[in-house]
Amino acid sequence: MSTSVLHVENMTMQFGGVVAVNNLSMEIDEGEIVALIGPNGAGKTTAFNCITGVYQPTNGLISFYGEPMVCNHPQGKMKKNYGGKNADLYTSSHVLSPTPDKITYMGIARTFQNIRLWKSMTVFENVLTAKHMRAKQNVFSATFRTNRKEEARMRAEAEALLKEQGLWDVRDDVATSLPYGQQRRLEIARALATDPKLLLLDEPAAGMNPQETLELASFIHDIRDKYHLTVFLIEHHMDLVMNISDRIYVLDFGSLIAEGTPAEVQGNQRVIEAYLGVADDE
Amino acid sequence: MEFFISQILSGISVGGQYALIAIGYTMVYGILRLINFAHGDVFMVAGLMMIYLSASMPLYISVPVVLILTVLLGFLIERAAYKPLRSAPRMSVMISAIGVSYLLQNVALYVTGGQPTTYPAIPFISKPVNIFGVPTQWVTIITPVMVIILVVLLTMLINHTKVGMAMRAVAKDFEASQLMGIKINSIISITFIIGSFLAAVGSILYFTKYPTVVPTSGAMPGLKAFVAAVFGGIGSIPGAVIGAFIIGVCETIIKGTAFTVFSDAFTFALLIVILVVKPTGLFGERATDKV
Amino acid sequence: MEHQLNRKKMSSGALITVIVTVILLVAVIVLENTMNANSMLFTVLKKAAVYSLVAVSLNLVNGFTGLFSLGQAGFMLLGAYTYGILTIPAEMRESVYYIYQGSAINFSLQGLFQGLFGTAGVGGAIGLILGVLLAIILAGLVAAGFAYLIGLPVLRLKSDYLAIATLGFAEIIRAVFQWDKLGRVTNGANMLKGFPTFSSFNIKDASGAVAVRLSAFMPLLIAALCIFVIILLINSSYGRAFKAIREDEIAAEAMGINLAKHKQMSFCISSFFSGVAGALFAMFAATVQARSFTSAMTYEILLIVVIGGIGSVSGSVLASFLYIFCSEWWLRFLDSGALPFGNISVPFFRNGFRMVVFSVIIMIIVLFFRRGIMGTNEFSDLINQTRRKAKTKKEAAE
Repeated sequence: MSTSVLHVENMTMQFGGVVAVNNLSMEIDEGEIVALIGPNGAGKTTAFNCITGVYQPTNGLISFYGEPMVCNHPQGKMKKNYGGKNADLYTSSHVLSPTPDKITYMGIARTFQNIRLWKSMTVFENVLTAKHMRAKQNVFSATFRTNRKEEARMRAEAEALLKEQGLWDVRDDVATSLPYGQQRRLEIARALATDPKLLLLDEPAAGMNPQETLELASFIHDIRDKYHLTVFLIEHHMDLVMNISDRIYVLDFGSLIAEGTPAEVQGNQRVIEAYLGVADDE
Repeated sequence: MEFFISQILSGISVGGQYALIAIGYTMVYGILRLINFAHGDVFMVAGLMMIYLSASMPLYISVPVVLILTVLLGFLIERAAYKPLRSAPRMSVMISAIGVSYLLQNVALYVTGGQPTTYPAIPFISKPVNIFGVPTQWVTIITPVMVIILVVLLTMLINHTKVGMAMRAVAKDFEASQLMGIKINSIISITFIIGSFLAAVGSILYFTKYPTVVPTSGAMPGLKAFVAAVFGGIGSIPGAVIGAFIIGVCETIIKGTAFTVFSDAFTFALLIVILVVKPTGLFGERATDKV
Repeated sequence: MEHQLNRKKMSSGALITVIVTVILLVAVIVLENTMNANSMLFTVLKKAAVYSLVAVSLNLVNGFTGLFSLGQAGFMLLGAYTYGILTIPAEMRESVYYIYQGSAINFSLQGLFQGLFGTAGVGGAIGLILGVLLAIILAGLVAAGFAYLIGLPVLRLKSDYLAIATLGFAEIIRAVFQWDKLGRVTNGANMLKGFPTFSSFNIKDASGAVAVRLSAFMPLLIAALCIFVIILLINSSYGRAFKAIREDEIAAEAMGINLAKHKQMSFCISSFFSGVAGALFAMFAATVQARSFTSAMTYEILLIVVIGGIGSVSGSVLASFLYIFCSEWWLRFLDSGALPFGNISVPFFRNGFRMVVFSVIIMIIVLFFRRGIMGTNEFSDLINQTRRKAKTKKEAAE
């Protein structure tokens, strides 16, 4: 019996009348690599944003390692035009909506679809700054340099991470001066610097050439094993997805239409329809 | 009772004057996402120009000349100080606006030599009149009427003309309108021209009531008008007008009590409350950041 | 290179900057005791010291954390009043607060310390210094405390709304301090005076004549120390977190940086130093009056920061000195009606012309030299760069 890392239950995210994610439920176990796929606008990134606290879901429960992390139910104006199901499921429990940094502190780190590095900071600073969260220091000890040990540890760890990612040689370059593929790598390195248990990757292969994509696949495997991670990713490159995922969830128009192993999903009629469209004339 | 009526009347009148300035803020913000800190100073310069021009020419010439010159000033400020920074970060443009405000105030200081100057009495609108037995000036009554007429005209312009449609498009999406062939620079210029024109009208009404012009005369009315624009929901013209009337009335009422010292502070307190409670103001639209 | 050594060592550039600063400070003591003490040089040095501290504190919040705050004049006001209220000697209070029949507070901090150490000689001097320093620190703390309260609702706002809200708060504070109901504390709209100024730092001999002048050195020293602390903060882990927030808030939050906490921290620290600078400003001006801390003052400081380069401490310091030296001294002739040399009178040189020239220069910088004097570089970076270049040149030659 493996432990559940992420448990999503009846999650709905609604913007006004638009239901971006509709009653999504899923389960990710420790050590798995799980992919979330779906056509453009299916609500994948919205689902990510709900899990990482950027948005507060309109309804639903998200637990991390069995502990409820995010929980909400439709309230106020939302109650009337709520478009999903199971609106009264969580009304009794109190609302949980931690800010993204608290969720990161619990152990969920992410990358972004459109790279969000700290632009004018160097590669080294980007990783080092992500170490800030877990450093044992306060503003006085940091300012007056009584945290030397902690600072040294942060620097050493950042150095190790960069060496491992092959970014050590460019450490003093400004982050945005790197080629695209390396910027993606750096974003992953920065996410790893927060010591996560679960890593969310939002289209890690976007803009990469086939060679880089291939490397990325083995890279994701490597970091999973090395850091004992669970990986949850959104991706459009089907080769990559089929290659590395243990399981796949498929979203279409905000709803889950299929889940299972790569082989199962590939054969699923609804998935094919969602991607290729349905012929109308029959 | 009489006191109360006179307070309300003068509040509505001040509110109307703020409204005319606030429209300039709200239109510019709607399109450029810029707090045009120099707008209040354009208002002050319009006042100064009136003083100098009316000394050398009759009013029926100096009034139109002031309107034209103020419009020209607004247009030039946009071209010289904001257009070169179109692609710069927003903070740079705002700093540029503060720089222009600083420049206008210093030029005004230089020209006036730091002496307060007295606004000319404009016949008819500065004449005294009795309303409900309360003595006041015609300007008190003319202001709200004028505001309503101008706002109706402006709303018609925005909703029913091609230029207005272009303005709405630019306010919604800057880049997309550019791609659709809208000459955004002309649209922005027109926005500044309308804003400056209204500020000039506002200055004539305002300084007729408070006839002392100093280089910093524009700063406070400017800030208050901006608060009115935020209060009403920035980008919304009716919102700015309603916000301005509310602020004008509240301010005059406070000035009539023992808390006179707080009449300016109240406006800012109102601003902070509205920003915290409903950042989009009364009629504003919500903008979200895509992740 | 320095990252490889796990402990970050001071770069040679930083070391040189520190040494040069110390030399300059010593030079000020020497000049002050040899030159005519009434020279304009010392007046502008004192004022520039105060302004450089405010400029750097504004830069901390605007340039390094990316929060467009325009409340600096308000925090300076809080600092200046706190200092004034706590240090007006008890015997002066009756005359300063004559409109309100005396002050609600009937002691001064230096008076309390002098009660311990005695009023005469060395004891008196120690009491005075301790009282003044404590008042300066309290000035900073009061400003920081208010900043904390203001920050709670306001720091959630986006850039330009934040600017206008902080500006509004500064105006509210100004109105509150002029309120006559608080007159027994703040002296209403009237000025506070009689408190120790920079010249109180001069060491006097037994006869009361000045033995060693420190009146320009002390403000420079206090400003330098405060700026040094700010530099340490900026280069610490927290400073990096601030920069991350400036660069990309959403990414910073996703990497575990608590936005509310860090913004609040930067805002309060910046306000603390603005409060300290406010106290120094009170000492410089020898009087405190609420109506001098207008939003125009904040604009002036903001423009100094822009001239120096948003995001550069060295730039802010350099620009403060340049700005104050030019506006208060070197460009005075523009107001006087004649060129400084050759007795040529220029008709349009009259009162106010200096500020017009100034604002034109500022506009040129804002429009065409947007990075300011230093961009985001520091003196130490420039020194390191030149040294590195020289080194590579040497290696190439070999």
